[in-house]
Amino acid sequence: MFLSPFRARKVAALGLVILVVMLFCALFAPLIVPHDPNAMQASARLRPPDAEFWFGTDHAGRDLFSRVVYGARMALITGVGVVVIALVFGVLLGTLSAYFPNLGIVLMRLVDVLMGIPALLLALAFVVVLGKGLFNSMIAVGAIYITTTARITYGLSRKIASETYIEAITSLGAGHPRILWHHVMPNLVSPLIVQATFIFAFAQLSAASLDFLGLGLPPDVPSWGNMVAETRRYITRAPWLLMFPGGAIILTVFALNLVGDVMRDRLDPRFKDDLARW
Amino acid sequence: MGTFILKRLLSAIPTLLIASLLVFSFIHLIPGDPASVMLGDMADTAEIEALRVQMGLDRPIWEQYLTWLGKALQGDLGESIYFQEPVTRVIAEGAETSILLALFTMVLIVLIGIPAGILSAAFHGGKTDQVVSGTAMLFASIPTFWLGLYLIFTVAVGFGWLPTSGFPSVLESGDLSNLKYLILPAITLSAPNSALVVRLVRAGMLDTMRDDYVRTARAKGLLEHKVILRHVFRNALIGVVATLGFTFVGLVSEAVVTETVFALPGIGRLVVQSILRRDYPVIQGIILVVVVFYILVNLIVDIVTTHLDPRVKMA
Repeated sequence: MFLSPFRARKVAALGLVILVVMLFCALFAPLIVPHDPNAMQASARLRPPDAEFWFGTDHAGRDLFSRVVYGARMALITGVGVVVIALVFGVLLGTLSAYFPNLGIVLMRLVDVLMGIPALLLALAFVVVLGKGLFNSMIAVGAIYITTTARITYGLSRKIASETYIEAITSLGAGHPRILWHHVMPNLVSPLIVQATFIFAFAQLSAASLDFLGLGLPPDVPSWGNMVAETRRYITRAPWLLMFPGGAIILTVFALNLVGDVMRDRLDPRFKDDLARW
Repeated sequence: MGTFILKRLLSAIPTLLIASLLVFSFIHLIPGDPASVMLGDMADTAEIEALRVQMGLDRPIWEQYLTWLGKALQGDLGESIYFQEPVTRVIAEGAETSILLALFTMVLIVLIGIPAGILSAAFHGGKTDQVVSGTAMLFASIPTFWLGLYLIFTVAVGFGWLPTSGFPSVLESGDLSNLKYLILPAITLSAPNSALVVRLVRAGMLDTMRDDYVRTARAKGLLEHKVILRHVFRNALIGVVATLGFTFVGLVSEAVVTETVFALPGIGRLVVQSILRRDYPVIQGIILVVVVFYILVNLIVDIVTTHLDPRVKMA
């Protein structure tokens, strides 16, 4: 968007490198970590970073480096879960609404109202109804992005549905499912890939916020949000407890945004700054 | 204009009804009987039965909805289980902090976001743009709770002249210097939102820059800054007004985190505490207030943009 193609490629490459490192950490966490992320060692409480504990230790004497590496795993699981939920339900809602206008009027009104509830508040309402836990916080965060995905899909599908080639294929006798799957969907793929990247990014922030509020994953699970929440009382004495998990979140989200931005320019010139809900 | 406003007001009614239905069903979606869930495991049957009657849970669902709606229209959102006080009063107590924080934050967003967005668009593709856009993207990538804690940390360690938690009421004490308690929270809350505004102002202006009249303005020899400010920005302003309206509503959401970090007695922290206390009427009340607020802001934004832009059809 704001970069020349050459610079854009370099910036996207930087983002990709960060993401590959994170993915590697997530997949091979048990092989990378020098310590058990949950092993408490009373003699090593609040140790600053050194050769043995690269990122220092927390108030319970757990190795922060190992926990941050395992945190990448939680981030990946949460991100994938949220993206799948948002895309499946969002695309279903969006395409059906575009294709069956009467249904669409009702559904899109509903989506509009839901979009009126500020993102985190909507997620919190879901947590109240469903309870805490990994799967529930995925649904809660996913719900935020179902509405945005539905809106975008709806807009695009309506445009596609009015194209002449859809009229042509309808008059040739193609059924609804066939038209939707073979002729509408393929045109949605590129914009949705871009959308998925941003959802993945902002899901990290929302999920970490839920963890921080104590309404996400159980407190002993090593997610980045939990780490900051658990150790917030010690940050003045042990600032590394704030810097490393927080740095991991910021780096991941920033990298996803970089890649998403460049991808948007490449994959979809029509799709401008539509993601109103950061 | 009068008929337009009236029409627009009427069209908000179905939205309000759908919203009220959603918020109403919220309490009924919680698994288990709301009364016994709220009272916890220690309550006996008689207590639960009494609360059920008090909440009207013994009556048919549509009747419950109509009663609830009727009461809500009169400003009665039920009783808080925890405080044993009307929900409206509980919410009102948090309102001062939340409103002051929101206003303070909006001032920062306008002062930072709009000039940065204009700068970025004016020099689009250049170094300035890259720095501004890159910084915006970075700030959009920082979790609010982390930024808040980071500020507390730097202030606590580096220079102890700003309070880092709580907010003594300005209205009660009449002491305006209490506003300093809101400085760090407002900075925290404005960071991601300013980033969003930068992006949207920039996008809106770049859109406008492609218009013919901008080329005309340049062709007739106007200075570039005049073109940008008088012609491009003024027209992009319509989009900016809409953006600011929605940002304002969105603040409520991030304020949940910010108020928790800085221990501010506002509505955001009330949400989290009410969830932990299972005080569902309060949560329901807050969501209703926020949604109605959003619909109203939406309405105002619509009317203001129509007023600003004669091209928007008053249909």
